[in-house]
Amino acid sequence: MKETLSLVQKLSAHPDSRCWFVSWNPSGTLLASCGGDKAIRIWGREGDSWICKSVLQDGHQRTVRKVAWSPCGNYLASASFDATTCIWKKKNNDFESLTVLEGHENEVKCVAWAPSGNLLATCSRDKSVWVWEVDEDDEYECVTVINSHTQDVKHVVWHPTQELLASASYDNNICIYKEEDDDWECRATLTGHTSTVWSLSFDAKGQRLASCSDDRTVKIWMEGSESRQSDVSWKCVCTLSGFHGRTVYDVAWCPLTGALATACGDDGVRVFREDESADPQQPLFSLAAQVTKAHNQDVNCVSWNPKEPGLLASCSDDGEIAIWKFHEED
Amino acid sequence: MTVDLLKVRAAAQLLRTLLPVPVKGQTSPPVNDGAAPDMEVVSGCVSLTVNKVLFFSGLVGNRNDLKAKAMEEKALEVYDVIRSIRDPEKPNTLEELDVVTEKCVEVQELGEDEFLIIIKFSPTVPHCSLATLIGLCLQVKLQRCLPFKHKLEIYISEGTHSTEEDINKQINDKERVAAAMENPNLREIVEQCVTEPDD
Repeated sequence: MKETLSLVQKLSAHPDSRCWFVSWNPSGTLLASCGGDKAIRIWGREGDSWICKSVLQDGHQRTVRKVAWSPCGNYLASASFDATTCIWKKKNNDFESLTVLEGHENEVKCVAWAPSGNLLATCSRDKSVWVWEVDEDDEYECVTVINSHTQDVKHVVWHPTQELLASASYDNNICIYKEEDDDWECRATLTGHTSTVWSLSFDAKGQRLASCSDDRTVKIWMEGSESRQSDVSWKCVCTLSGFHGRTVYDVAWCPLTGALATACGDDGVRVFREDESADPQQPLFSLAAQVTKAHNQDVNCVSWNPKEPGLLASCSDDGEIAIWKFHEED
Repeated sequence: MTVDLLKVRAAAQLLRTLLPVPVKGQTSPPVNDGAAPDMEVVSGCVSLTVNKVLFFSGLVGNRNDLKAKAMEEKALEVYDVIRSIRDPEKPNTLEELDVVTEKCVEVQELGEDEFLIIIKFSPTVPHCSLATLIGLCLQVKLQRCLPFKHKLEIYISEGTHSTEEDINKQINDKERVAAAMENPNLREIVEQCVTEPDD
């Protein structure tokens, strides 16, 4: 049985611009993309093909770097180089701007919604991570500003089941945050990467964390058994090196199949599979499929569809989005 | 580069009679780099040792030589784009100030029609922000003007700056470069440095 990554469709998403990020909604029916043209586009299926359902313009004055769907699927948050985070509410088939979160000193690099639905995290080049609380009246309030990194924070991601947050930075480190007595603090710093850590992804159960870096590797981290209430310890149990020709910009762990996808600056999209026979404490991953020229330029993001196994979206500096099907071929 | 097959074969014959060790007819595996058919024929009838002797005597071109020349040409193409970039502070071009030279550009083949360009520039002043600014100008101009597919790496040449690593990291972080170019003041300065007078 051979595994392949086959192209379903290519979309000219952000013409004459970069497409920085793509994200599926929780029901897997819509794909949101954002880019250097300051716009957000929502894509949906019509028959066999994906078409643009709406364009959210005028929400930001500069590049929209990332977008994130709320767990209920009714809200979309967008992080921009204009230093703001915009919250959009779904209304019929369109989205309207609900509120704009301000506070970061410069470019917001990421926004992430906690699985509980009432917490939001943002991070910025100003080196900080902000946690926001949202109440039933759609009111947003910043509850904490954490300054654990010494440089630009590139990415934040929430744990799938616990109220735990992880951030990746230009300072080559990963920070893990937990709340204790209403206090959010960095409980562990994961060192190991030798250059900027661009992205993070937890596996389905949140037992492992994958990170990718400018050092051209992907690292897998696991929580150590010495972890206690406030003492969190994670260690690197696996490093994938020699597979990527340039910076790895994104990594995504599929919650349905456990496959690991990467987006690379060498224009390639790769999917790794875990060796089932390996010791869980020392996992082994092998390259299951790759498309070396997935795009004409750097691949910035990969995202697995949360409902349809094997459906993968990627986007590139060439402004295009590609939809792939990862499957076994006889 | 033309090869006079008759001359080569004659030389090969001669060398075979002179060399004490019997020379085999087969060669190192043919290289699939699209070399002209006559070159492959030559390598097919001349051994590695003989090949080397012929190379040094100037009768046969080395395959690597051809590639090196192609890379040099590409490097010149790149240099032509960057030489006229103006220094942010002085009314001179980067070439005039020796910030960039022909030698500071290296080109490597990445794949089919795609090249890796490595530039090592020497800023005139040790001032950090100016070095970053020059790096930014190099990034922007090359992104816009290079006609062939490429990946770019820009560095400060070693020993010219105290915070080299910091500057190199910034210049090569495309997210930082993109954000910087959205800053209107910075953008204006860069545009002034990279725009050709007749643009």
